[in-house]
Amino acid sequence: MKKILLIAAFAFFAFAPAAMAQEVKVIKMAELEQLLKEPQEGVVVINFWATWCRPCIEELPYFDKAQQDYAARGLKMYLVSLDDVEILESRVKPFVKKRGLSSTVLLLDETDQNAFINKVDPQWSGAIPATLILAGKERRLIEGKMEPQELTALLNKYTAAP
Amino acid sequence: MKHLLTLLMGALMLIGTAASPPAGYEVGDYVSDFTLRNVDGKDVSLSSYAKAKGAIVIFTCNTCPYSKLYEDRIIALHKQFEAKGYPVIAINPNDPGQQAGDSFEEMQKRAKDKGFTFPYLQDASGSVARAFGASRTPHVFILNKEAKGYKVEYIGAIDNNHKDAAAADQKYVEEAISQLMSGKKPKATTTKAIGCTIKWKEA
Repeated sequence: MKKILLIAAFAFFAFAPAAMAQEVKVIKMAELEQLLKEPQEGVVVINFWATWCRPCIEELPYFDKAQQDYAARGLKMYLVSLDDVEILESRVKPFVKKRGLSSTVLLLDETDQNAFINKVDPQWSGAIPATLILAGKERRLIEGKMEPQELTALLNKYTAAP
Repeated sequence: MKHLLTLLMGALMLIGTAASPPAGYEVGDYVSDFTLRNVDGKDVSLSSYAKAKGAIVIFTCNTCPYSKLYEDRIIALHKQFEAKGYPVIAINPNDPGQQAGDSFEEMQKRAKDKGFTFPYLQDASGSVARAFGASRTPHVFILNKEAKGYKVEYIGAIDNNHKDAAAADQKYVEEAISQLMSGKKPKATTTKAIGCTIKWKEA
């Protein structure tokens, strides 16, 4: 119990301020690996995107909306930008602000992509968009753009009570 | 019962295909010949390279920022390795219906502006990219010619630093070809990199 509380407290302090202030937190692989762990509860969705990726931008609105719609059912949405950290201030932050994204937005600052792609999921070729859904022991990687109904169907499935 | 299981497996695999990347060649596979139209209007086939020892097949395009970042490195690879028997063959697999910037005319412009000295082929149907199992741009396949045909020896990225060619400390393609030229197998046979999803023509 104490452990869960600690994790909850950590999650709150690590991510809640980011969500409220619509900040973009820069993370390294070690922090991403924390998110990739089997969730203790609820469903974790990690969407990899970039400001330069058109299909990514097309699907962001309904991913962001899903965060609001499914939060009560235990969904945590992380939108992980793979933009270069050099354009964080000039491009990524203004983009997030303009789009009014309410989900947690992170920027993964890792250059050695060959090293991190397999850690995220061996099935992932590296093409974006890519989405990883973690629910209990289940992991599901979707490479390529999803349609809103595909996302809804998957979220309904994974957030359904066991 | 066995039939039922087979059916079930089949159904599961069908469900799985929506999410998994397209199947295609793996390292060690021999590739089928292909013929595609080059920006100069002429057809190019793998079999038309009589003297080549292999080829560097790169799925790339006009529009993906990652492809643009690697354009100069692709030009340099051709300059470095064509004379040694490993020419670059660039293939654009995007459907221009979905990505106007990848039309044949735009490809011609790009090749001219950048002074491509290698073929830049249009694969608008995506059939060659599907056969190879390409999933993103840029996506490299190094082929080595053997008596039986062209064999895939490497699949992956050009190097390990998209931002800065000079800062890349692992030049996967260069190293793989050097190893092939000295009669060895590449040390790294598959690598991964971020890239743009191929804009597949819808069936």
